Amino acid sequence: MSAQEQLVVIGNGMAPGRMLEHLTKQDKSRYKITIYNAEPRVNYNRLMLSPVLSGDKTYADIITHDDDWYEQNGITLHKNTPVNHIDSAGKTITAACGKTQSYDKLVIATGSSPIMIPLPGHTLPGVKVYRDLDDVEAMLECAKSGGKAIVIGGGLLGLEAADGLQQQGMSVTVVHLAEHLMEKQLDKPAAFLLEKAMAAKGIKILTSSNTKEINGENTVTGVTLEDGTHLPAELVVMAVGIRPSTALATDAGLSVNRGILVNDQMRTSEESIYALGECVEHRDVCYGLVAPLYDMAKVLASALTDQDSAYNGAVLSTKLKVSGVDLFSAGDFTGDHDAEELVMRDATAGVYRRLILRNNTIIGIVLYGDTSDSAWYLDLLKQQQDVNEFRATLLFGQAYQGEPGADPTAAVAALADSAEICGCNGICKSTIVESIQAGQHTLDAVRACTKASSSCGTCTGLVEQLLSLELGDNFKRQAVTPVCPCTDLGHADVRRLIKADNLITIDEVMQALEWRTSCGCAKCRPALNYYLICEWPIDYADDYQSRFINERVHANIQNDGTFSVVPRMWGGVTSAAELRAIADVVDKYDIPTVKVTGGQRIDMLGVKKDELPAVWHDLGKAGFVSGHAYAKGLRTVKTCVGKQWCRFGTQDSTALGIRLEKYLWGSWTPAKVKLAVSGCPRNCAEATCKDIGVICVDSGFEIHFAGAAGLDIKGTEVLGHVNNEDDVVLKVSALMQMYREQGFYLERIYKWARRIGLDEIRSQIMDNADSCNTYATRFTASQKVAQHDPWAQRSEQKVHAHEFSKPTIKLVEATA
Amino acid sequence: MNRSEQFWVRLCSIDEIPKRGAIRVELDQKQVAIFKTADDSIYVLDDACPHKGGPLSDGIVHDNCVTCPLHNWVISLEDGCATGADKGRTTRYKVLLKNGDVHVKPQLTVWLSQA
Repeated sequence: MSAQEQLVVIGNGMAPGRMLEHLTKQDKSRYKITIYNAEPRVNYNRLMLSPVLSGDKTYADIITHDDDWYEQNGITLHKNTPVNHIDSAGKTITAACGKTQSYDKLVIATGSSPIMIPLPGHTLPGVKVYRDLDDVEAMLECAKSGGKAIVIGGGLLGLEAADGLQQQGMSVTVVHLAEHLMEKQLDKPAAFLLEKAMAAKGIKILTSSNTKEINGENTVTGVTLEDGTHLPAELVVMAVGIRPSTALATDAGLSVNRGILVNDQMRTSEESIYALGECVEHRDVCYGLVAPLYDMAKVLASALTDQDSAYNGAVLSTKLKVSGVDLFSAGDFTGDHDAEELVMRDATAGVYRRLILRNNTIIGIVLYGDTSDSAWYLDLLKQQQDVNEFRATLLFGQAYQGEPGADPTAAVAALADSAEICGCNGICKSTIVESIQAGQHTLDAVRACTKASSSCGTCTGLVEQLLSLELGDNFKRQAVTPVCPCTDLGHADVRRLIKADNLITIDEVMQALEWRTSCGCAKCRPALNYYLICEWPIDYADDYQSRFINERVHANIQNDGTFSVVPRMWGGVTSAAELRAIADVVDKYDIPTVKVTGGQRIDMLGVKKDELPAVWHDLGKAGFVSGHAYAKGLRTVKTCVGKQWCRFGTQDSTALGIRLEKYLWGSWTPAKVKLAVSGCPRNCAEATCKDIGVICVDSGFEIHFAGAAGLDIKGTEVLGHVNNEDDVVLKVSALMQMYREQGFYLERIYKWARRIGLDEIRSQIMDNADSCNTYATRFTASQKVAQHDPWAQRSEQKVHAHEFSKPTIKLVEATA
Repeated sequence: MNRSEQFWVRLCSIDEIPKRGAIRVELDQKQVAIFKTADDSIYVLDDACPHKGGPLSDGIVHDNCVTCPLHNWVISLEDGCATGADKGRTTRYKVLLKNGDVHVKPQLTVWLSQA
């Protein structure tokens, strides 16, 4: 094994930190790495200094590499050890402490230093710059006693410092030389909005103001401006800009202009010396933002491991980290004579957009107030895309591109490769496109290969659009979505054929309908089981092994494999005896969490599976039955107190809710069903976002349905008005049965209603008495066999005992 | 080492396991799941999904696979590997069926810690 090469790094900011991360990942053993850091600490995220100053974060929160990291990667870190001299001929460095070390490769990452204008009084205690954690700590110390602060400089750093100090309780004035704030990134109208926002926070802004001197004898007492104004202050922060730290490089004889000159491989004028970060100048540009530094870090790590890689410069983009201020800028704002501007303002809404164009491509972006389109504009800028065609609507943002009826895939086509399509599984556009290009030409194939749209499914449309974008006419959107990959038939066909062909077991269905798998899958089996139960309530024998675990053991599985238990509390009403029984169960079984649910029930979480029957037994003694909180079935009926107590109540909503719940409980449905009954239109039971809701009014009852408050949010639709409680129960049970017979498995009422049509449902339930009665009669018949308490069956009659047994085998005994 | 050849541990009777289902047994402080498929094949796996440790014995058994109850990963009972786009593997035990009982050979590390 050859000896390790010596790699010495001067400076320990974010750029070298990131570079070492890449380097140690690529080749851990090639270099013996030593870092000399002038700061007395490990690496932290300098971008997050403003949140530390404002108190939103602590130093510990922003550490990126702790001592362990250096140790694990075999890196020697000398803290508090600035380097004084580089001998490039002898390939050694000398630290301030006198230590000399030789190197094979040297990386200079000395960063930049804040500019301190040598005004009279600039050396007084209480005059600070804003650059590193020491500065932040010094400022925080000053801020403790409150008082007044002056920030000189109204650029990015100055405004963040002002905001932080204000939040620490100081009274802050910003003194800015130019006519308006952030003149490099904003034009006057935008700066005006920013100034207003800062003023609203209580920060005073003085523009066109030049500081003449800093006052004070032993410590700072204020500043005097050119026009003679005197501003008292206990703290003065100088935030007028940064300057690359190049002294060391200049001394070593390297080529230095504004920064240390580097080529595309981050190499300086000296063969074995590299530089990166804010201290370098690359193609005439010095960078002060983190994204380009990270790119440099990647390139340098590659260069140090002899890989081809080049840094090509970067488009700068900026966000201001001042709470409540949304500001984004990118690219070139100098606006020379051949550049054009597009500007949109909405002063009332506090929105400002400015795009700078040259030759029909975006070269600069400023967004204030609404930065939601920043990624899209930045992408257009980076791609140098010709925007002439949609120039007229460019300022309105991505959502406004394309006429209605134009190519529906345009929006998804416009998304960046890195845009996230499937939020559940974190799948971005490029991953999906690559899988399509690799031969996944159907929705199911893409799902299987990438997981996109396989969880909540709300991005299915986007995935289909990507398919049609990539495949054009070759992509045939499936007219019918199959139940699962085991069959080509959709839910509607399966339901129809079960009835038409008189199929009464799962095996028969799979045989008759030519299932492609021997015994289905976790998707189709629960669906078939439900369809058969619904179709043949008397004759069908429930296929227990085709139910999801929650419906098998009548409790909700939790992320650690324990279960939650929710007893039924009819209409959300309980009593001292019930609460006492629950408390006793919680104590006896040491149940870790007790929680009130949104459906007005009490949830006991963290129950071990083998203890479920005992828990149910104890609850059963107090009269509790299963709350079916786990079922694709009737869950809860939520009520308000109604006219029994409420001065606004028009009917006895509580009693009606309980009556409905006693009538409907135990029924299996395509998806869960939640009800609510409100005693007046104030709707305290929130009935208008439920699957079925009843609003009591003076003249009777308004029945609502098809609401949603989950993945989708949707107010209910009105089914109709009835005059008495008996009719409520009749209509609701008929509606339940119609949904039970027509809904696709896992399709909530609102989706079923959208598919079937609201008018069709209203006419069957409200207008056609025969039809309504037939549905209601079938529901009642089905309920006769459905309403038995599953908890009692398991705790008292020992049904499915194997689920709750807990055999334990000790190895010692086994060997004996 | 020859001893370990005879070192089969009885877990349960084949009849105790529901068809297209599973039971769970604690084997020396470790949860193992014993599956029976539609064609009466028996498989024994650690009762933990490679994804988030979900109890596979609570899953739905179909063909020679089980679907984890927590996030629907489909684990092959043949080799313990996640199928489709998911990656991961659950430990699978060699099974001996004898006199109507299911036996496995526990992992050597477990055995040594007991010795």
